Amino acid sequence: MPMPELTVREAIKRGLEEALQTDPRVFIMGEDIGKYGGAYAVTAGFFDKYGPKRIKDTPISEATFVGAGIGAAAAGLRPVIELMSISFSLVAFDQIVNMAANLRYMAGGQVKVPMIIRAPTGAGMQLGATHSQSLETWLCEVPGLKVVAPSTPADALGLLRTAFKDDNVVFFAEPAGLYGAKGDVPGSYYTVPFGKASVQRPGKDVTLVSYGHGMKVLHAAADELTARGIEAEVIDLRSLNPLDIDTVVASVQKTNRVLALDTARRTGGVMAEVVTRIQESASDWLDGPIARVGAEDVPWPYNRDLEQEALPRPSDVLVALKAAYGI
Amino acid sequence: MSTRPRSKPKASANGAGNKQQMLDLFRQMYLIRKFEEACGEQYGRGNIRGFLHLYIGEEAIAAGAISALNSDDYIVTHYRDHGHALARGIDTNRVMAELFGRSTGISKGKGGSMHLFDAAKGFMGGHAIVGAQLPLAAGLALACQYQDNGRIALVFFGDGAVNQGTFHETMNLAAVWKLPLLFFLENNLYGMGSAVERTRAGGVDIFPIAASYGIEAVLVDGMDVLAVKEATTAAAGVVRSGGGPRFIEAKTYRYQGHSMADPARYRDQAELEYWLKRDPLISFPKLLIEREIATEADINAVRESVAVEVQGAVKFASESPQPQPSELFTDIYA
Repeated sequence: MPMPELTVREAIKRGLEEALQTDPRVFIMGEDIGKYGGAYAVTAGFFDKYGPKRIKDTPISEATFVGAGIGAAAAGLRPVIELMSISFSLVAFDQIVNMAANLRYMAGGQVKVPMIIRAPTGAGMQLGATHSQSLETWLCEVPGLKVVAPSTPADALGLLRTAFKDDNVVFFAEPAGLYGAKGDVPGSYYTVPFGKASVQRPGKDVTLVSYGHGMKVLHAAADELTARGIEAEVIDLRSLNPLDIDTVVASVQKTNRVLALDTARRTGGVMAEVVTRIQESASDWLDGPIARVGAEDVPWPYNRDLEQEALPRPSDVLVALKAAYGI
Repeated sequence: MSTRPRSKPKASANGAGNKQQMLDLFRQMYLIRKFEEACGEQYGRGNIRGFLHLYIGEEAIAAGAISALNSDDYIVTHYRDHGHALARGIDTNRVMAELFGRSTGISKGKGGSMHLFDAAKGFMGGHAIVGAQLPLAAGLALACQYQDNGRIALVFFGDGAVNQGTFHETMNLAAVWKLPLLFFLENNLYGMGSAVERTRAGGVDIFPIAASYGIEAVLVDGMDVLAVKEATTAAAGVVRSGGGPRFIEAKTYRYQGHSMADPARYRDQAELEYWLKRDPLISFPKLLIEREIATEADINAVRESVAVEVQGAVKFASESPQPQPSELFTDIYA
């Protein structure tokens, strides 16, 4: 079958519509996702098509509508919560971390919370310090949550389909700058499992690993490396919890060099965890220290050049590889 | 989707009622009182640990309110939850075992005092973050509305929780979406060590705020189990028939401190004595005897039965196994 090309936005939209059409327990709620059509237009047209029972516009009360999603899920429905920005998850953090993630455990397994929380994530759009967070990098520490972050339309649709089959709280982090990014999507039905990284580009000389917005940076760096006769293997984690370190380790066993890149701030982010796990599992195969690049540990500035300065660039990858491995 | 028939509301209780109903209410309150006293003792012996918040003095609310609900209505409460759990009919043995942290506990020993759950009975916790239970209850009510199954959710919360943002948000959401949610404020006049007058603008009567959301509210005497039952029955009927949320405030008093760690030095003896005189475990049996609804013998029979039940629960808990170490890693994901 031919591979259609979709944008990330269209892919997510398709996944949501499939679920709305096939499972009456599914409904979507969030700020302005209904009549307004969604701040990033993912749910445009849904209100007219599916009606106010399934597409619920909420007041600006993140803690309470996330909490209500938890209750609805515990009572047997399958809610999708759209947060207008992952930054606003902070307003609902007690509900996400203390309630959603803990509920099943505290109840000794008596309840389950099949809920999807979707949110645009990341910096780079000059939205200022409070609207530019990448909190998926913290949330993958929380037992009881699953966290995925697709960077391609195929992965977005495949992971979303898996999320609807998963009976847990799934945090679906959508890179805010990638909604319009196009990519091939398989013509026949497929899913992408959680906990499986994707080798987007094979190579024998160095492993480059990231997720989300970081993939564009890695591919640009890989192109530059190819021009220098160095073949990089580029891996998209796409699932942060569960985390597939085995794919990364297998790659390191082949290339003996690895760089982890985070477009979130470098300190304490998920890529720091990836570095540690590589160190634990593959230190014998390394020709040098594990390289890592992350955004600067600063609040996100409004000014365009400053913001770009804070974000990792392909040149940062090349400099780090030179320092770690001399390549 | 749910195809269950719509639940029918319970008949409203009146002052006379029938003898069995009245004795059941007394037993419910007395069971809670004796259970809580046993918990205090077991805490002193080190069998119950962590935080323990006893419901002593407040029994009329749990017994009265929960007896007015249908068996498949949802109940959500705060960390002072043993009374609500017992009033809901959760097995006394399994509640005590949970407090002892044993694998036979209602939450397998992994929840503890503040996180009692019995999903089969619609008892959705037991929650420790003040006010965090309100959104959860809104979601349960939302599911009832979505599934159109005639069930409602009742959420208990205290005077302290009213100052959390989630209280405002949940009142607003419930009103705007006309959720089948019954708000029940247990106002025991203190948020831990802080008297309501010190922390709440507008004074000790909190229910007037409901009007600002268009939610009808009533104030009842929380020491009067029949008044609580009647108010809850009426409000639940309205909520169940699609009338939107309702609000009940009941004034009550905890005879002991906030938790086992609290000697309650912030309260004065005269105030405590005023409320001790209104103890429902004294006034209600007195009422039943005066109105010749029950005899002293009936009351004593209940007392003996409860004593046996509570002793049995302590024995069951003491003899129950600890969880296996592997339990650390179970029930995280479905």
